[in-house]
Amino acid sequence: MSNRVIKILVPAISIILGLLVGAVVMLFSGYDPVAGYIALWNGIFGDSYAIGETIRQISPYILAGLAVAFAFRTGLFNIGVEGQLMVGWFASAYVGAAFELPMYIHLPFALLAAALAGALWGLVPGILKATLRVHEVIVTIMMNYVALHVVNALIKTVSGGSYKTDKIQPTASLRSEFLSNLTDYSTLHFGIFVALAMVIVMWFILEKTKTGFELKSVGFNQNASHYSGMNVNKNIILSMVISGAFAGLGGAMEGLGTFGSMTNQGGFTGIGFDGIAVALLGANSPLGVIFGASLFGSLKYGANNMPNAASIPLEIVSIVIALIIFFVACGYIIRVALERLNKKKEAK
Amino acid sequence: MSKRKYGLALSLVLAAGTLLGACGTEKEKTTSKGGNESEFSLAMVTDVGGIDDKSFNQSAWKGIKDFGEANGLSEGDGGYAYLQSKGEADYTSNLNALTRRDFDLVFGVGFMMEEAINTIAGQQADTNFGIIDGVVDQPNVASILFKEQEGAFLAGVAAALMTKSDKIGFVGGMEIPVIERFEAGFIAGVAAVKPDIKVDVKYTGAFDKAELGKAEAGRMYSSGVDIIFHAAGGTGNGVFTEAKERKAADKDAYVWVIGVDSDQYDEGQVGDDNITLTSMLKRVDVAVQDIAKLAQEGKFPGGETKVYGLEDDGVTLADSRGAIPQDVMDKVEDFKKKIASGEIEVPEFVE
Repeated sequence: MSNRVIKILVPAISIILGLLVGAVVMLFSGYDPVAGYIALWNGIFGDSYAIGETIRQISPYILAGLAVAFAFRTGLFNIGVEGQLMVGWFASAYVGAAFELPMYIHLPFALLAAALAGALWGLVPGILKATLRVHEVIVTIMMNYVALHVVNALIKTVSGGSYKTDKIQPTASLRSEFLSNLTDYSTLHFGIFVALAMVIVMWFILEKTKTGFELKSVGFNQNASHYSGMNVNKNIILSMVISGAFAGLGGAMEGLGTFGSMTNQGGFTGIGFDGIAVALLGANSPLGVIFGASLFGSLKYGANNMPNAASIPLEIVSIVIALIIFFVACGYIIRVALERLNKKKEAK
Repeated sequence: MSKRKYGLALSLVLAAGTLLGACGTEKEKTTSKGGNESEFSLAMVTDVGGIDDKSFNQSAWKGIKDFGEANGLSEGDGGYAYLQSKGEADYTSNLNALTRRDFDLVFGVGFMMEEAINTIAGQQADTNFGIIDGVVDQPNVASILFKEQEGAFLAGVAAALMTKSDKIGFVGGMEIPVIERFEAGFIAGVAAVKPDIKVDVKYTGAFDKAELGKAEAGRMYSSGVDIIFHAAGGTGNGVFTEAKERKAADKDAYVWVIGVDSDQYDEGQVGDDNITLTSMLKRVDVAVQDIAKLAQEGKFPGGETKVYGLEDDGVTLADSRGAIPQDVMDKVEDFKKKIASGEIEVPEFVE
């Protein structure tokens, strides 16, 4: 087996293994795995509505994944994507509702606000890391809680005591009649293009600019980067700010696309945390994040159809989906196993 | 060596296969999928509390199940069904999924679903919808509201008459109008009996976080509160857990919980004791069946808002099973009559 074959085989085998173990779980709890997986498939690709909703679900995952991946390339673990996403969501919903501007100004303005809010939330841990060496994991986790409650308080203040912000103006909306009609009234919106554009932006920054080179260099070895004359601290802050901006845009997907407002959040959305898995599945590369997000988004959305079409309880479905993702993440083990098998054959 | 391993693996797989195969066939026998040729079918979408929240969603599901059984429907397409929502994003897609399965009447259970119902009712004009705890102005939507404040008032009266420490607590879910009606009614009820008691009010911000409910109840009981009324769905289960732990540790502990929406007597059982004082019933099940019946007869109240209160048993107190003595019950009954006759007007909002 050549390396290329192994590269293709690994994800395929891991998904199949995940599906198999998931099937065993369904069998053990007395449900029909075939019907379950057919429901999952139809939930993702079944009709234009399902496809539209799946793509809608993928958009914020791409941005959350980019945010985690970007910080990771500079050697930073941004656990705060969740909080950055929430403040971005709020900022976009607020700007979307509070201003009356023509579309070509309003929409970019609302997106920019979301990115700025997220960037601000990333700036704080960045500065603390750069100046005082406070570990960014701790700060970002705590900033998540700050975001959750600050945003809830802001929703209440802005809306005059209500539990949700006003609906955004149509001029700030990412929704479109066209996409909605195309997909049989799904909530698909133009956010996916924003997300894909950001994939290119991330690739461009990292691969084509001097800043990107420095960011990556700091990620590989801070001391060496410092020795060669780079400003390590500046790069750490910059990396967190850009990462936060991606996350903030992820929030704008919800604020300007899916919901068009923000309701009081009882807890975390989970998108930011899933973004960590998305980034790692995609090996922290921009292109990889698209695949990671597609896998996550489709499974998450498609899984909703399993209780609907195959009467499998949500709890079992959650276990099955977690198992599939678990096995995909375990690709490394399968790679090692395949390589060993390969070596044995060669020895013979 | 490796051959033996393969052999072992093979036999394991075979053994598992036969075992699991048995599971599979057993299942097929028990669930006969509904191929019922009935003309009327109905379904519901839960909010994030889940179908087994032991209060709000469960009550709605009970109504749908009872209606289905009474009309010879079976669970599944063409009969009755439910879908659970994990988050806000699921409301629209769940409602859409049920509409696509051609249910005649789809209920959105919970205030938070107002907007989703509004959107979908506009798109799917052939399906009738019901929204509970919310108002949607569309010709194919029936809105169902309850006068929670009236039931909560009675709970407040009972609590004020039963408390020994003169400290009473209220644990709410999210601070939304529905729950504020519970709070307002409860406070008014307590004040009607003992005006100087200040109710300890706390909102946990969620309907699905039992750990928050438990923590809040712990704080309240430790500060001397002896009766807590919860209007927090799944979060309220934590209030029960805390009270039960205290009762289990000390049999003489004077701690009570007033349940909400469904009769939560079973939730309060600790050995031979029970810490459920009573429950404020919000008969979502009655309302659901009511609307379903009308829809079945072709008299679906689309575009209308139906309000269920004390006078039509939409809200009431559950049987306390001896926890509340008769003389207290008599006083509660007096207040009930006064409210039903309009002599007492229970406030909807907290002043």
